[in-house]
Amino acid sequence: MKVTKETIEHVANLARLNLSEEEKEKLIHDMENIISYMDKLNELDTSEIIPTDHVIPIKNVFRDDEVLDSYPKSKMLMNAPEKEDGCFKVPKVVE
Amino acid sequence: MELYQLTVHEMSDLIKRKKISAVELAQSVLDRINAVDEKIGSYITVLGDEALKRAKKVQERIDKGEVKSPLAGIPMALKDNICTENVKTTCASKMLDNFIPPYDATVSKKLYNEDTVLLGKLNMDEFAMGASTENSYYKVTRNPWDLDRVPGGSSGGSAAAVAAGMAGFALGSDTGGSIRQPASFCGVVGMKPTYGVVSRFGLIAFASSMDQIGPLTKDVTDCAIVLNAITGYDPMDSTSADVKYPDYSKALINDVKGFKIGIPKEYIDNEANPEVKKAVLDVAETLKNLGALVEEFSLPLTCYAVPAYYIISSAEASSNLSRYDGIKYGYRAKEYTDLMDLYMKTRSEGFGVEVKRRILLGTYALSSGYYDEYYKKALQVRTLIKNDFKEAFEKYDVLIGPAAPTTAYKIGEKKEKPLEMYLGDIYTVSVNIAGLPALTIPCGFDTNRLPIGLQLIGKPFDESTLLRVAYTFEQNTEFHKIRARI
Repeated sequence: MKVTKETIEHVANLARLNLSEEEKEKLIHDMENIISYMDKLNELDTSEIIPTDHVIPIKNVFRDDEVLDSYPKSKMLMNAPEKEDGCFKVPKVVE
Repeated sequence: MELYQLTVHEMSDLIKRKKISAVELAQSVLDRINAVDEKIGSYITVLGDEALKRAKKVQERIDKGEVKSPLAGIPMALKDNICTENVKTTCASKMLDNFIPPYDATVSKKLYNEDTVLLGKLNMDEFAMGASTENSYYKVTRNPWDLDRVPGGSSGGSAAAVAAGMAGFALGSDTGGSIRQPASFCGVVGMKPTYGVVSRFGLIAFASSMDQIGPLTKDVTDCAIVLNAITGYDPMDSTSADVKYPDYSKALINDVKGFKIGIPKEYIDNEANPEVKKAVLDVAETLKNLGALVEEFSLPLTCYAVPAYYIISSAEASSNLSRYDGIKYGYRAKEYTDLMDLYMKTRSEGFGVEVKRRILLGTYALSSGYYDEYYKKALQVRTLIKNDFKEAFEKYDVLIGPAAPTTAYKIGEKKEKPLEMYLGDIYTVSVNIAGLPALTIPCGFDTNRLPIGLQLIGKPFDESTLLRVAYTFEQNTEFHKIRARI
């Protein structure tokens, strides 16, 4: 599997990461090594195999719809990088 | 012997018999941290006065006869990806350098309820991604057996702290071997329980379908005691197993007569390190002499576990770590032009290189055009690996093998070679892929006097059999009594 600079840039954008030219160079090399190794899985015929997302049977967990204690707003905001009037503050997103 | 060197059950015994107080014990371990952690670097946060205050309170409760737990007054520490209310929890990342959890993880709460004394938070690879604890934003942790070597990872701080007497016990987390491999490198006992047995509520997520919290202790008895405290159904974790939980200390029986034990050939076919292989075969001899039936068999898919693991874990990580956007908590870039720029700069500045590598790998495996080829394929291989173990456990009660292909390597030796580092996980990742319980115990030393770890793998929810076999081995050998000299 050949990993190109375009591939790295595309994936980095999807993951919301900026990479320096130096980082890109190194990552192209690393990813190519790692992905080539992962291609080893193609030695196995899995056409009839059902994928396992979770090892234990996952089912929806229901509970009664009742009012329970929640965390106070101040506590939920205590780690916010910026806040104002009891809200998380973000840069303007709509004109 | 100093107090800090004792096992949890020895500490507990002295407390119960009023020979020592919880305060003296906490002081002894804190003094030990002050004396040696500058060299080892296992703690990110040490709670000095707070720990002593807490110990004083616990002692008052002990004096009034209000506590029953064997963990009452025991000084312990947690890996820094386990949330502790009002105590900084960093995941060893710049991203969470200032993060103070507004709530406790279920395991933290459970341990407080047992009247343990929290001494602090332990170093790790950033977001638990790594096998050497060299990927911490803060510092490298050194192996107490040889300060030029890594303690393993990602729970390297936890393993080193227990090995050097800087905690009665510690909790770590294990997504692909992150408890068992550092336990092996540092000569301590480490268990990854069955998926779902320990609540993940409050554990900062890496790969949710494989993450599991577990204890690192000085012996098998301690492991059972801590397991009793941290296991159990938790409605706050939707993958928590709603089953009947046994008293694990009842499994501490010195007898393996008639037990069927399998050694996967692929786990000892290790030309690179004959000393590790020999140590495992010596264990097999010991267990045979104690009446167990031990034989070799084949787990043919072993070599596919590492690629499948790195696809699945990176895919889940790329999704889990999308929450770090600089809005609700954690690091935010200082300068940005708009919201997108804020996301990009925050994430690029906040994450370290290995975390970025895994996010990119995972994003790649999940991206349009590659999803079927990598992610779906890895999940299909997961089915095959799970079935492989299922078949093995129709014949055997327990599987044994090494926890890692080598003993602790030199700091810096593999840091720039990610694939080589990943291949070191060959004997541990299958267990997470299949959700099985597994336990590492010390079983020998190599010519450099570095510990070798034995891994025992069990059937789902059968931690008790693992503990019994490990306990029997321990009672008939001396390896667990040998401590790192530091």
